[in-house]
Amino acid sequence: MSGEAVSATTARREQARGSFAGGFSWAMARDLRLAWRHPDEAVLTVAFFALVASLFPLGIGAEPQLLVRIGPGVIWVAALLAAFLALPGLFAADYVDGSLEQMTLSPHPALGWAAGKIAAHWIVSGLPLTLLSPLIGLQYGLAPDTLAIQALSLLVGTPVLSLLGGACAALALGARGGGMLLALLALPLFVPVLIFGAGAAEAQATGLSPAPHLSLLTAGLIAALVGLPWAVGAAVKIAVD
Amino acid sequence: MPEVLQVRDLACRRGPALLFSGISFEVAGGELLCVRGPNGCGKTTLLRCVTGLTRPDEGTVLWHGEPSQTDPERMRAGTAFSGHLPGLKDDLSADENLEFMLRLRGARSTPEERREALAAVGLEKRRRIPARRLSAGQRRRIGLARLALDPAELWVLDEPLTALDDAGQALFIDLLARHLEGGGLALAATHHRLAPASGVVRELRLA
Repeated sequence: MSGEAVSATTARREQARGSFAGGFSWAMARDLRLAWRHPDEAVLTVAFFALVASLFPLGIGAEPQLLVRIGPGVIWVAALLAAFLALPGLFAADYVDGSLEQMTLSPHPALGWAAGKIAAHWIVSGLPLTLLSPLIGLQYGLAPDTLAIQALSLLVGTPVLSLLGGACAALALGARGGGMLLALLALPLFVPVLIFGAGAAEAQATGLSPAPHLSLLTAGLIAALVGLPWAVGAAVKIAVD
Repeated sequence: MPEVLQVRDLACRRGPALLFSGISFEVAGGELLCVRGPNGCGKTTLLRCVTGLTRPDEGTVLWHGEPSQTDPERMRAGTAFSGHLPGLKDDLSADENLEFMLRLRGARSTPEERREALAAVGLEKRRRIPARRLSAGQRRRIGLARLALDPAELWVLDEPLTALDDAGQALFIDLLARHLEGGGLALAATHHRLAPASGVVRELRLA
């Protein structure tokens, strides 16, 4: 081997370092590119959201007062179910093709790529749902200020759903009937997010301050940001063992 | 100076059955250790224990003289694992797969470097088509290109010749020889005879 090639190898060995940012940007860039290649999944999530939210007025009648009353809750439930749709594949695909093994053996800390994957999941599910929610809210005749609070509560709440759901998806890895198990694990955990999220818009609609609900949601988001990516890393490590 | 990789008294159970116990070996720079044994004797598990994917029931792995658990990220940065699962994304092209594999390993690569590496394994013309449209052997060749650019000092290879044709196997042996010549070391589980042109080849038999 020539001296030049040896020194190139040595240089490459020295520059190879893991970092949180390296793992985060790696996972986010890869998952977003994969989502871009297959936009059907993101489109499906949004279409599901719009459909479910539109079914309620058809089922229980289009009385304006009733719609304003149930609107925030229905929109939140629909968003929650739509955000759940893409969860089963979040880690399962990487588990099956061996990417998860390579991620576990990467010099990047698990915290980085776990957070990156969850962030990418939110960008293709939670974010479009949040952006679409005012349009759905209009169908229910919600007032503009309620629409704004609704979108704000989704903006803070859907990342919590992605984080909680990501942790559950990692825990359900390798279990038989993983999809069903995931629903049983994740949906009950989503309940507090649903209560405070829907509560914020409802409080605004009835003339109360949405601030307490939003503060609690934000507190939940911060707690989830701190604890859950770490839990995902630990769960993945157990799954690939 | 201690050997780069030292394994002491490794033991692993799978359920109630003891797969292996008391496995000790050392691998220095420029050496290839071939793990041999019949199917089901624990070759894959031994390799996974060394990388840290599987937690052994007993024993320690020392990386540059230090237990691998004290600084796992240092050992992971120096270890490239190629297992039964390729870790490829079907929807990404060979070039993209290679780029992301290397980024995950903490290594930067230029498009030019990747093009050369893929050309060396015979994928230059197919580097932009999705990996799902490549054959099993061509997909293995992406793994070879990754090994060529991976900065790791230690290669841990599980059946590295699977699905490769004669030319592919020759390519792999050539890569391995260059890796050993550059001071790298390798641990391979294989049923084939590996005879790289340089480096020391030793064998470990699992009963």
